[in-house]
Amino acid sequence: MATTVINGKELVVDDEGFMTEYDQWDENIGQELATAIGVDMTDDHWKVIRFLREDFQAKGETPTIRRVSTAGGVDTKTLFRLFPKKPAKKMSYIAGLPKPHGCV
Amino acid sequence: MILGGGTAGTMAANKLRKELGASDWAITVIDADDEHRYQPGYLFMPFGTYSPKQVTKSRRATLHSGVDLQYGEIDAVRADEQVVALTDGREFGYDMLIIATGVSPRPDQTDGMLGPQWRESIHEFYSYEGSVALAEKLRDWEGGRLVVNIVEMPIKCPVAPLEFAFLADAFFTEKGIRDKVEMTYVTPLPGAFTKPIAAEAFGNTLEEKGIDVEPDFMLMEIDDDKKALVSYDEREVPFDLLVTVPLNMGQDFVARSGLGDELNLVPVDKFTQLSTQYDNIFALGDANDIPASKAGSVAHFEIDVFVENFLQHIAGKEMTHKFDGHANCFIETGGGKAMLIDFNYDYEPLPGKFPYAGVGPMNLLKESRVNHLGKLAFRWIYWNVLMPGRSMPLPAHMSLKGKRTDLLQTEDKKEPALSA
Repeated sequence: MATTVINGKELVVDDEGFMTEYDQWDENIGQELATAIGVDMTDDHWKVIRFLREDFQAKGETPTIRRVSTAGGVDTKTLFRLFPKKPAKKMSYIAGLPKPHGCV
Repeated sequence: MILGGGTAGTMAANKLRKELGASDWAITVIDADDEHRYQPGYLFMPFGTYSPKQVTKSRRATLHSGVDLQYGEIDAVRADEQVVALTDGREFGYDMLIIATGVSPRPDQTDGMLGPQWRESIHEFYSYEGSVALAEKLRDWEGGRLVVNIVEMPIKCPVAPLEFAFLADAFFTEKGIRDKVEMTYVTPLPGAFTKPIAAEAFGNTLEEKGIDVEPDFMLMEIDDDKKALVSYDEREVPFDLLVTVPLNMGQDFVARSGLGDELNLVPVDKFTQLSTQYDNIFALGDANDIPASKAGSVAHFEIDVFVENFLQHIAGKEMTHKFDGHANCFIETGGGKAMLIDFNYDYEPLPGKFPYAGVGPMNLLKESRVNHLGKLAFRWIYWNVLMPGRSMPLPAHMSLKGKRTDLLQTEDKKEPALSA
């Protein structure tokens, strides 16, 4: 496992740079991760990221786009506007969670 | 009580009937009709390889005589009361419930799919009717832009759309019109398949056959007037003939019963398939939410393990057997050849030999004639070995013997890191 340093904190990440330790994340780190991939965080962005964090804690896995839209109340079109091109990857990256694995 | 008399429900009923004493346990299967379809055959029907007759048998005849079969539509499960209610008003109580009602293609879930082009220039082969209609369409189609599309994962048999593309290429070549057909494979995945090493192998095969890939395509709607797929990030892919795999969802009664997730799949423990909500409900086959392929082979290996666990569970013991997510799929590549993949929760499909190291006779992740013969033989095995609950000379758990595990260290890099 690789590590990276953000805000002076050493974080465990996988080979694509996704954080792997749920408890190492906080919103300041989320802000830095967003900046690193060119996402300007607004309240709408944070609503999604907070849903991802809560849902992961409850379910033990990262919610898919479909779940964010049905259970989180943010529709897919909006997710593509907030996290252009690759919303599933970008939102989980910022939220410090693994990519949703829905695909097998 | 077993809901659904398809692949998983039939195997579970027949295997349990042999294990459970007739005076101790009554087994009832509920399904809407008597037509058990061999779903892998839907892939071949559009090309005229299989006739509709070859993919259908009686559910009653496929079930052990000691299993009761009731026909009806399920309205809801009232899990707190241990009751299954049918739409005709009948109600059945149960001690243990197995949900095996699978998933179905849902064209109604994508805007524009069920418009005037449905079954005209928009087709699918994930239902019996769809497969029959597509066979008619392909019989005299003269060429143009053929688009093969997956709306969203997970789908039943995730290799089937790839196989359809490969077989279509061979079909048009044989008809002498391959040069009049432009083929594009439009997928929500970043590549040809879900797992990296296999994705590369299948990607190469698509390329060799001159089939373009449009990856990361999240379908928003179908524009009926323009005859084009439109993605959320505003890409458009025009088609003359679209063969899509609609969103796959579990049955609506699962949602009505409060037992499903957002795709009406029943959340279960991935090792035992016991519901996460109820101690007397299992969900088997495509109907559950385990992170494995939705495929008959998965149901088969899963049920081998399930039966042992079920016997422990009803005896009040801890379930000690763990399903490993084992899947084993033939992939038709056209021209009388096929590939084979064998994988589980922990190991992605790898090249090598199967089932015996060094000997095979089948080849993993490589085209061969013997794999194709294996696929064709499978229809007989399905009806005569798997459905009656006889044992196959294949262990339920995946084996690493014969597999090129050395590739895992070097090729585990997957996709390049995310970039803005």
